[in-house]
Formats: sequence, C-alpha cells, structure tokens
Amino acid sequence: MSTIATDSPMNILTEMEIGEIESEIRHLPDRRSAAIDGLKIVQAHRGWVSDESLGAIAELLGMSIDELDGIATFYNLIYRQPVGDKVILFCDSVSCWLMDGDAVCQKIKQILDIDYGETTSDNQFTLLPVTCLGDCDHAPAMMVGDELHHDLTPDNIDEHLK
Amino acid sequence: MPLIIVDDIEIEAAADANLLEVLLSNGVDIPYFCWHPAMGSVGACRQCAVIGYANEDDDRGRILMSCMTPITDGARFSVDAENAAMFRSSVIENLMLNHPHDCPVCEEGGECHLQDMTVMVGHKNRRYSGQKTTFRNQYLGPFIGHEMNRCITCYRCVRYYQDYAGGDDLGAFGSRDRVFFGRAESGLLENEFAGNLIEVCPTGVFTDKTLAKHYTRKWDLQSAPTICQSCSLGCNTYTSERYGELRRVHNRYHNEVNGYFLCDRGRFGAQHVNSDQRIPQAGQRNASGTYDPIPLEAALTNARNCLKGTVVGVGSPRASLEANEALRQLVGEANYCNGMTTRDRDMHQVILDVLDSHLNTPSMIEVESYDAILIVGEDVTNHAPRLALSIRQAVRGLSNELAGQSGIAEWHDAAVRELAQHDKSPLIVLTPMADRLDDVASESHRLAPNEIVALVEQITGALKGNEPSQAKDIANTLQKAKRPLIISGTSLGSTNLLKAAANLALVLSTKNPGTGIHLCASESNSLGVCLIDNDADTETLLAGKPDTLVILENDIDGRFGSAVLDGIGNIVVLDSLDNATVSRSTLVLPAASFAEAEGSFVNNEGRIQRSMAVFNPAGDIRPSYHLLSAIDGEAKTANQLQTQIAYDHSNLAAIKRCAPDENFRIKGSKVARMTHRESGRTAIFANISVHEPQQTVDAESALAFTMEGDQSHAPSSLRSFTWSPGWNSNQSIHKFQREIGGPDKTEVAGLRLFESVKSLSAFTLQQETSSNLVGQCHIFGSDELSNYADELATLIPGLYARMNSATATSMGLSHRDGVSSLELQMTVLIDDDVAEGCVIYPLIPATAGLATLNLSDLKKIDDYQAPLDPLKPALITTDRTS
Amino acid sequence: MTDKPLTQNIIGFEGPTDLSRYQGNGGYSALRSTIGKTDPDAVLELIKDSNLKGRGGAGFPTGMKWSFVPKPDGKGHRYLIANADEMEPGTFKDRILMEKDPHQLIEGMILSAYTISADIGYIFIRAEYHAAIARLNEAIADAQAANLLGNNILDSDYSFRLHVHVSAGRYICGEETALLNSLEGKRAIPRAKPPFPQVSGLWGRPTIVNNVETLCNITHIVKHGPDWFKALGKGVDGGTKLFGASGRVKHPGCWELPMGTSIREILEDHAGGMADGYQLKGFLPGGASTDFLTPDHLDIPMEYDTVMKAGSRMGTGTMIILDDRSCPVGMIANLEKFFARESCGFCTPCREGLPWVQQILDKIEAGDGEMSDLDILERQSQFIGAIGNTHCAHAPGAIEPLASGMKYFRDDFIAHIEGKACPYTTGPD
Repeated sequence: MSTIATDSPMNILTEMEIGEIESEIRHLPDRRSAAIDGLKIVQAHRGWVSDESLGAIAELLGMSIDELDGIATFYNLIYRQPVGDKVILFCDSVSCWLMDGDAVCQKIKQILDIDYGETTSDNQFTLLPVTCLGDCDHAPAMMVGDELHHDLTPDNIDEHLK
Repeated sequence: MPLIIVDDIEIEAAADANLLEVLLSNGVDIPYFCWHPAMGSVGACRQCAVIGYANEDDDRGRILMSCMTPITDGARFSVDAENAAMFRSSVIENLMLNHPHDCPVCEEGGECHLQDMTVMVGHKNRRYSGQKTTFRNQYLGPFIGHEMNRCITCYRCVRYYQDYAGGDDLGAFGSRDRVFFGRAESGLLENEFAGNLIEVCPTGVFTDKTLAKHYTRKWDLQSAPTICQSCSLGCNTYTSERYGELRRVHNRYHNEVNGYFLCDRGRFGAQHVNSDQRIPQAGQRNASGTYDPIPLEAALTNARNCLKGTVVGVGSPRASLEANEALRQLVGEANYCNGMTTRDRDMHQVILDVLDSHLNTPSMIEVESYDAILIVGEDVTNHAPRLALSIRQAVRGLSNELAGQSGIAEWHDAAVRELAQHDKSPLIVLTPMADRLDDVASESHRLAPNEIVALVEQITGALKGNEPSQAKDIANTLQKAKRPLIISGTSLGSTNLLKAAANLALVLSTKNPGTGIHLCASESNSLGVCLIDNDADTETLLAGKPDTLVILENDIDGRFGSAVLDGIGNIVVLDSLDNATVSRSTLVLPAASFAEAEGSFVNNEGRIQRSMAVFNPAGDIRPSYHLLSAIDGEAKTANQLQTQIAYDHSNLAAIKRCAPDENFRIKGSKVARMTHRESGRTAIFANISVHEPQQTVDAESALAFTMEGDQSHAPSSLRSFTWSPGWNSNQSIHKFQREIGGPDKTEVAGLRLFESVKSLSAFTLQQETSSNLVGQCHIFGSDELSNYADELATLIPGLYARMNSATATSMGLSHRDGVSSLELQMTVLIDDDVAEGCVIYPLIPATAGLATLNLSDLKKIDDYQAPLDPLKPALITTDRTS
Repeated sequence: MTDKPLTQNIIGFEGPTDLSRYQGNGGYSALRSTIGKTDPDAVLELIKDSNLKGRGGAGFPTGMKWSFVPKPDGKGHRYLIANADEMEPGTFKDRILMEKDPHQLIEGMILSAYTISADIGYIFIRAEYHAAIARLNEAIADAQAANLLGNNILDSDYSFRLHVHVSAGRYICGEETALLNSLEGKRAIPRAKPPFPQVSGLWGRPTIVNNVETLCNITHIVKHGPDWFKALGKGVDGGTKLFGASGRVKHPGCWELPMGTSIREILEDHAGGMADGYQLKGFLPGGASTDFLTPDHLDIPMEYDTVMKAGSRMGTGTMIILDDRSCPVGMIANLEKFFARESCGFCTPCREGLPWVQQILDKIEAGDGEMSDLDILERQSQFIGAIGNTHCAHAPGAIEPLASGMKYFRDDFIAHIEGKACPYTTGPD
C-alpha cells in the first residue's frame, strides 16, 4: 500500500535466484503466476523457505506475504521449516503398505532415532511421509533426496541410508 | 419469466438467478453458508443441497447444490425429499465434528448463523468420539477478535476480504481439515472494511472487540435504526445499547445506499458515545476559569439571560436538521449561520446545484453499475469510505460482461473471476498522492490540485472537439462507455475541482446520456444545513464580535482557529464531547449524541434520512433541539421541529415523509426496540436501588423502549433490528427483501430530495488560492467524533510531511528529517508516488491550522529524531495483558 | 506395425529412447506428414473415429473432449496440458512412458495441440519423478533444436512451445481443474464445472488436459488410422492399455496389452499369480479410488463398461491386489488416511467426512470398534460417496474402496469388533 522505500528483495535473494525466477516469469501472463516456481527455486538453493525468503519472493512477485504463504502452506513439498541435508520421503500408500512398508518405516525411525516430521541430530536426514511414488512393482519404496530407493526390507534398509 | 417446480409447487423464477436465491426469495427455509447475496456462489459448504430431477420420468433425482444451479424453464426440484434432508443434516453433523462446544461462551451465540442452520436441519446428536482440530489465534487489531477453533471453513472471510474488498493481508493457509484463516503474522488487518468480517463470518471466528469489552447477547440489546455520522454518505446502521451504554453498530441493509456493508470508521467510530470525554451536565464558568456544575433548569435560565444584546447562532454540519432549526428559531433567521467555512459553503453549494439539476446523480449501489469511472481529486477510501467498496464492484462490470458472453452467470463468482482474469472496466484516478483504489485503477495520475482542475477542463474541451492528447484518451474512454461516471468531492478542499467535475459531466451528458455524477460531501449533515441556510457566512458573522454566541455541536476553535472566539463575552456551547470550543465556553450545555436523540440528516445524494434514538440520555443530557427550544421558551419534540422545517423550507418538505411520525402505530402497537426475548429486569442496578425502575416511555416517536410492540411489520425506516423465526442472525434480512439484494418489502427508507430536471449551466471557475501543501484524509483520524472512540484513536497516524525526491531536494530535505509549522513537528517521508511539487500532511485535528498555509510555511527542524513510522500505529502484536 | 505401440521403444531396450533412436524407429514421421499438411479438423476426426478414451481414470472419449474447444478467437493463447501428476496409489504406468520414451509423449502433444489450435503446452509433472523430468527436458531441447517444436515447426505456420512444470506436491493436483489452478501459481483447489476448461481453462483460456498415456496414443492413431487402433482391442474399446499389478503377486509390474484383456490373464499370465503362500482375496482394478472386486470377477474383461457393470471402474488399469493375509480393514484404513490427508479442504463432506471415516477405521483396527460404527460408516458413505454431493471426484473416489470393502469384507469388520482385535497377524509378513 505505502510506496515508501522498503528493503528490496535484491538484498535477500541471490542474483542467480532472481534470474531463475525472472526467467520463469517471462513465459507467464503475470508475475504472481510464478509463485510456486519462485518458492521451489529458492528452496532448491537453500533447502527450505524461511519467513525472510518468503517475504523477498513476495516482494519480487508483487504479492503480499499472506497471499504467498497461503500458497506455500498448501503444498507438502514446500518446506517452511529447516530440513536436513537430505529429505527422506517414505511412501505410506497402499501398495507399499501391502508389502510391509510399515515395518521398514519402523526400522528407519529406530535407526535414525527420529519420527515423521523430525530431523536427525547430525542434520543429515529429515523423515516425511509421501503419497505413492509410482514405483509399486518395487514396493516398498522411498526417495532419499533426489534418489529413488526401492525393494526395501527391514534388513536392507540401512544400506539405503548411507 | 421461467417457471420451475419445487415439491410440486410452481414458482416464477428470474432467469439469471440461482436456485437458492429463488427458494429464499419465495420464503423457503433452505440452509446455506458459503453463498452470500453480495458475493455470489462457490459451492463449498454443500449445505444448500436439494434434489434435482432430469425429466418428468425421473423419480430418483440426484443431489445438487441449489446455489450453483441455474434456472431453466420447467426444471423440477425437491427440497423436502428425505435423502436431501438427510444430506443437509449430515453436512451439519460433519461441521460439528471439529466445532467446539462453545455456544454458552461464544459471542456469536444468539445471532449465530451456524446455530440457526443446525436447528433448521434437525441435527442434534453427537456421534463423534475423536479429537477436534485446534488452532492458535492471532491479534488482528483493536477491532476484530479471532477464534479459529469455531471455523467451519466456509471461505466467506477470504472471499469477502480479498475478492470483494480488495484486501491482501488475510488469507487461507494449509489444507484439509486444518485450513487456517488469518494473516501471515499477527497484526492489524489493514483493509478499511475489515469490520464487515464480523457480519460475513457465519460463526464466532471474527467478532466485534468493541462489543466484547462490554458484551451483551443480541436478544438483550436495545436497538434503533440510525444513520452513521462519520461521513456524508449516510449509511444506514443499527446502533445497539444496554444499560445506557452503546454496545455496537451493525449494518442496516439499504438497497440503494450501503447494501450489506459498512466501513470501519462507521462501525467502530460510534463508541465516542461512551467516551469519558462526554459532557455529563451543564457547567457555568466561574471567575477562576473552571466550571461549576449547575442543574439543567438553571443552565437554561442562564442561557436565556445571555440572549440580550447581539446574538449569533452557529449551527453545525454534524448536527441534525432539528437541532439546527431549533437554533435558528432561537436566535432568529438573520442571526443564524450554518457553521461551515466559506470554502465549505461554496463547495457544498456546487453539490446542491448539481443534485438539483437534470444530471443523473446515482446512489452508492447504483454506482456499481457504471462501466467507466473518473475520480477527480477525491480520496474516496479515506473521505467517503463506503463508496470505495462500490467502486471496486463497479470495475468488475467488464468481467460480468465477458462472463455473460461465455454463458457464465454473474452469481458463479469463481468462474466469472477466472474468465475475466485481470480485465476490469476503466477507472481513472486523478490525485496528488497514491490512492487506495490504485490497485484496481486502469490509470492513476499524480497531479497537484490545480493541475487536476486543468486536466479536467482539457477533458471537457476534448469532448467538445479540442485536441490535447492525454485528455483526449480519457475523453474517449468516457464517451464510449455505456454509463460513464464522474466522482468528485470535498476532500481536497477545492471548489474549482467540484465545478470542473460538474462542467465535465454537463458536457459528457450531452454526448452520452448514460452519464452520471456522484459527489462526496464533508459531514453527515453538510448538505442539510446548507438547505436550512447557506446565505449567511459564519466567518463574517463571527467577525462582527456579537455579545453572545450560541454554538451548536461545532468545534469552532478547530474549524476557524481560536482567534475567532476572542473578544466575545458570552459563549454558550452545546455539545456531547469536550473539545477546544467547549473549553472556551462561558456556559456549556450537555447535548445528546446521535444515539440518544432523533435526528434527520441529508446525505451526499440529497437523501433525507431519519436516525432514531436508541436510548434516552443519562442525567441532564438532552437532545440539542430540546435544549435550544427550551431556552426559547418551550421544549419541542423532534416531530414538532420537523413540521416547522417543512413549513419554513420548501426544499425540505420531505422531512415529514422520510419516516412515520410519533403517532404511527401498527394495529395499535408501537415498534419495539427490544427483542421479545429480552431478559427484562435484572439485578444490575441493585447497588443503586432495589426498587422497580419506572418504565422508560418514548413520548416522541413511534418506537418504544421495550419489547412490547411490533417488529416484523415495521416499515424499514423504523425497524430496529432484523429477526425472523428460525433466523436469529443477520442473514434474516432476506425475509424482509422483495428479492435477494432488492428493496425492502415495506418501503425504501429515506427520500431523495431532488428529482427535478432543472437545467444547469456550466459553472464559472473563480480564482482560488491553491496550495501545494495538501491535506490527506485518513479514515482513522480525519473525522472529529470517531476520534473519541478509544480503539479507533489508537490508529490515528502521526505527523508526517510526504513529498517526492525532487521536491525534497528543492527544499533541502531528506528522508526522516523534520519540518515544523504552527508548533507542529512533522517527519519528512520521501515518497516518489506524490505529485511534483506537493507536500502531503495528514488531515487530523492537530493539523487543522495548516489548511490555509503553503510550502513556504514549513521550516526544517535541526537535530530531529524521527519516530519509528508515523504512518503506522505503534507496533502492537497482542492485547493480552498476561 | 506393432501390436504394442506404446512400449515398442521401451521393451527390449536398455536405457531411455533418445531422439535418434526414436526417429530411427519411425518417430516424428506422423508429425512430418501432418503439420501444415493435414487440416486440424481432419486429425480431430481421426481421434473421434478411433473412440480413444482417456487413460487417466475417467475414460471420457478424447475426440469428444477436444470437439468442445471453441474455434480460435484470436484473443489469446490456447493450451494443451499433459497431466503427468501420477499419484494415484498403485499406479505406475506414466512414469515408465516418460522415463523410457519421452519423445512419444512430446510428438503426441504436438499433434494434439495442432488439432485444437493450441500454441502453448505444459507437462505438469509431479516433483518426485526426477528421472522423467530430466529425460523430458532433454527431449524437449533436442526436439526444439531439430525444429520439431517451437516456432514454425518443420517450417510451417504452426508454432507450439512446450514447458515442463514441476509440481510442489499434493495429490489433488491430478484433478484437472486443480491442476490448472496450480499451474496458475495458486492453491490447488478444483473448480466447479461448468464452465469446462475448453471454454475457461488456464488463465481463463481454452484448454485441454489429457493424461500422459492418452497423449502417447495420439501419434499411433494418426500414423496407422482409427481402424488399426480399434482392431487392437479385444472387446468394445480399441487400442492397447498399460495394465499393472502390485501387491503379493509373483511378478508385480506393468504390461502393454489389448484393451479387453481379462483380469485373470493379467493376474495369472503376466503377474504370475499370487506369490507363494498367499491367496487372492480381492483387488482394486484401477488404483486406490476404485471399488473392490473379488475372485468371482476374474473373468471380466478390463475395459470401461464391463468393469463398471461389475460395480467398479477400470480407472488407471493398474490393479492393487489384496491377499488373504493382509487385513482388509487395515488396507482400507490406509487408503482413507491417504484420501483424508490429500483433501484440498474446500467442501464439507471431504474435508470433515473423510477424517471421521479414518478415525473410525483406526478405532476398529485397534480393536475399539462398535457395531454402531458400521452404521456411521454407511451413513458417511452415502453422504460423501456420490458425484454431486461434493465439489470434485476426490471424496467419492475415496468412498469406493470403503463402501465396496464393507460389502465384500463385512465379516472381517465384524470380527474386529466382536473380537476387539485385528484377527490378522500384525501386518502381512
């Protein structure tokens, strides 16, 4: 509302982040259509989206923080809290459940000593549930960061957590 | 008109309505939540389910949402079918899973739409054994309370706040059964119309904090139909009280003036009635300069005795017609002046001339149907706030048209918005500084006041065939619209601005018969007092230094400067609240507030409206018209003064007809101010007396201070609250409308005074001292009375001087320097969205004296320590004290 | 001419199909003979004649869907979108198509866009499909460099630019109108229909959204004609389908087979039957939001109408197999937990009703259930489970396994309640 000078997004986002976001905006009809792209880009660089980053993205796109946070909090893959170096997305859908996924998940929680939504004390892993990863013929499956891991058992799971 | 069949009964239905609207208009009790008469349908809550049949042979039908169902001729439906009724009951059952068992302690209880719908569908047994979702609440400012646990996720709040009112700091967060409605961070809701959330929310999530601090159940409130006093628009309100304390102000539906919504100043500003600055009794100034309280009779005698010698009576544009007339009768026609500055008188005379002419002067709701709008120098959102809401709806005219071309009904709100994207009807704003409506404007130009006048004259010229190009584009936009509208007003204090706007409308109307002009006046009765008398000039009469001044509800000291009161022996002041003029008085008489006296007011469209007394004032406080006529010999009633006014002023003859008089009865009954469930006698005054208090009698109007009386048959000008069996909430208003969003079933309250087709010729612009020191109206701060409302007062801005970089440089100033004038210290704010060469300051009581000054009167302050941010109130993040 | 057009570049090959292998196997020849040479309306007729039905689960005739797009008005863009948000539990067919043969999708999209006069395309792909995203981006770049995509395709007047949009999660993005809202950068709430995306879609413009597998079929129909396509099917529906099976079968997987192949053939011949020690108890024929069928239904051909007549839906064609050692109540509880979690939160029956269903199923599974809980589940099923009761098809889909599960496995529910415990061993082993 006020047009009086405030802290510019240039002071918070990097040139690269801004460049990537502007490049998305170029093929969109308006700036705010890049809301989700902007959140993902900044998250790709920083691992998560802090309040400060969110404010800068909102400013860059010409939106209020309330509008942008309303979008961010809808999507489960936008992290509004810090996460570990790698996020484990463990599939808890029906095909993995039928193949004893619960036992594998229990083992993970035991090995890493965390529950869903928590991060290991060495900041290596955050554990989150995820909907069917589309790898049902190799259930149980999970993502560790960008990598897909499958055919998991309680016995082989620690190999996949290295 | 198409015919539909509902449970074997034929109903005529408008082709462009949805089924829910048709059912409600025909008295069918069908539950709903997310549909809103002003916001259309989205199909979220699923509460309004009915059965629809595919054809004559279909006897099973299927569930459909009536709010999302268009009308086709011959379509067949059932409301009563068992599976529809079961479905509707299941909706409530499912909403109740997470709903807290709050009714006994929830502010909404007793006028809760959720309660009403629950009773309507018959759900009553809880079968859920799980946990309830809970949320943390936020501090949202001094006006609105937040209790998210009560939310039924109907999405009305964000649809209203974002889509209807243009706000962007309230949103929906999260998903599934954990959706949260609030802000990204706790803090003041910035939108000037946020208060409507209280009425839009069907449960107790958003509640009225000004009511909460002295909470009363709806059924215990005593109410009356009143007219908001905070600006010239004359919005209709219900004001409610209990035990002699004003509790709250709610919207009173009027299909032409304010529709379903109010602004925050009107809603929350009326708490001035409860201010500790109220004058409780008469006071005579003594030799040491303090006041001796004196009984009323004595005060009236003293006043009478002052009237020997020369007398001038100064009326007020914020006092009722009755009070002004009583003063005029008391001091005599020749000695009465209306209390406005010369400039104000000139401006309002222009407005009156325009109203009394052949030009179309649409009402506020009619403004919503204009498809090209030019705003000439008027800061609508801060000066005549409710009009801004109508302008926001008007610019959607293009979306409705585009949607119509694609076969999308206007009530299909989300689809209309999706199809139209950002396309809007043209809105052109001409102002010296950034305007709140810029976010929906197609163009907004920064111009000093005299430059605006020049541009408007160029546009007028362009219409006539002259050339300048920027003006020509604007002229074309206006000319080729179906219904172009010129909006202007008194917020910049320039008569030439109003004249230029009117001249433009005159020429435009010859090119385009759909032309309209809507002018915003200054105060609740500015036009009214000009109609009483606009000949005498207050400044002139004051300069004559009469022996006695009788001042009616007018802070002369603030308005004209304290020097005008120097050298006058007797100053008799009638007012409700203490102010600088009151402290200059020799005799002060305690005047009733608008809530404690009947009064008639003329709004900016020349509509005369009646505001009724909600309760009798305490102690010696009396309506001003009563005090003044008593001084004159015999206290008159409001009705008697109305008769006098009609007799003396032919242009105000309608005052007798704008509401029924004190003799009106409905089959022998008066109209009740209280609901029939009012708790009656309580022990609240037992500490004062345990005796039965005498029944308060209203001898002056057709209303009664009791539950005994009629309510459901009252004409809309007397109806004191909206209630209908099974509809305890404000949603009951639809029972009183001829059709959803249409006029009241009984009458359209108030009367437009001017229906003439008198021909008007162009105004001649006079030489006007135009200053580039421009006062900016503030919705919180610029209105005298509302500033006395405790919560609102916290939002009055600090002192600033805003200018763009070039202006600052030329004046040797930087951001957050200080400048002073008249002992005021203002923080310099660099704002490049300010017109070249202009300096903007806030129009608040402290800065009244700056109106006649210019830039050269600003002096830089050395070693100035700027406060945090004078534009924002001091950072408050909570109202918890522990 | 192969009888397995969709997987001809996938089966028997190592690694993904790049542009040279794709063209070497005849790829982009349909494009070359169509763009600028065949009238778009003629291509539309081919698709309509083929009676190709949507492969995303709804089974709506593709040609008919396209025919509702209005004629170009010259006032803005028109969009073709591939729904690559494959998140339906038990479904894993689109991943294979995109990872292993991305050009098949791209060529199909260009031809489809050409037919509906769309100038911009998006592949809306779920974030977890990293490999597919990489392959698609490479393929788009290669196609662009070869003038098969972008401005003036193959030197014609037709231009089409294609973007990969990676999602930020949430299953409801797979609902076509929620997908549109997500593409627009908003919360993924579905839209009420009408108006349909053909009239008011992405940013209010004419838009078609099709499933990946559907679009992969287009090139082959254009190349070989509708009659060839129809002849591929065994029954009423033409073409082939990627069918799959997951759960305790010997060889879980995905196979391209004629439409109308019997369920028995898929389960026994291709999935190898049940794994040792397990018996078939029931199955969801087309992903999580389809009704249970039982061993009595094994001879039903997998096509749209026949499965519907049996009381379920073909859906995505990837079956989830319930074995006799897994608890049906536990399986349904897992499903309802998923559906409740993925509710967008817009309408009451889904938002409030599904978590209640989940709470009751958890209660029953934990041994705390009562017979009256079954009444609640039945009433909730009626409340939630019909299209028209809710804002979109998500919640009615959620009720399909619940209502059918209560019908076929009622004894199991009662056993939990009466025995105050789950009678199955703690989870399958």
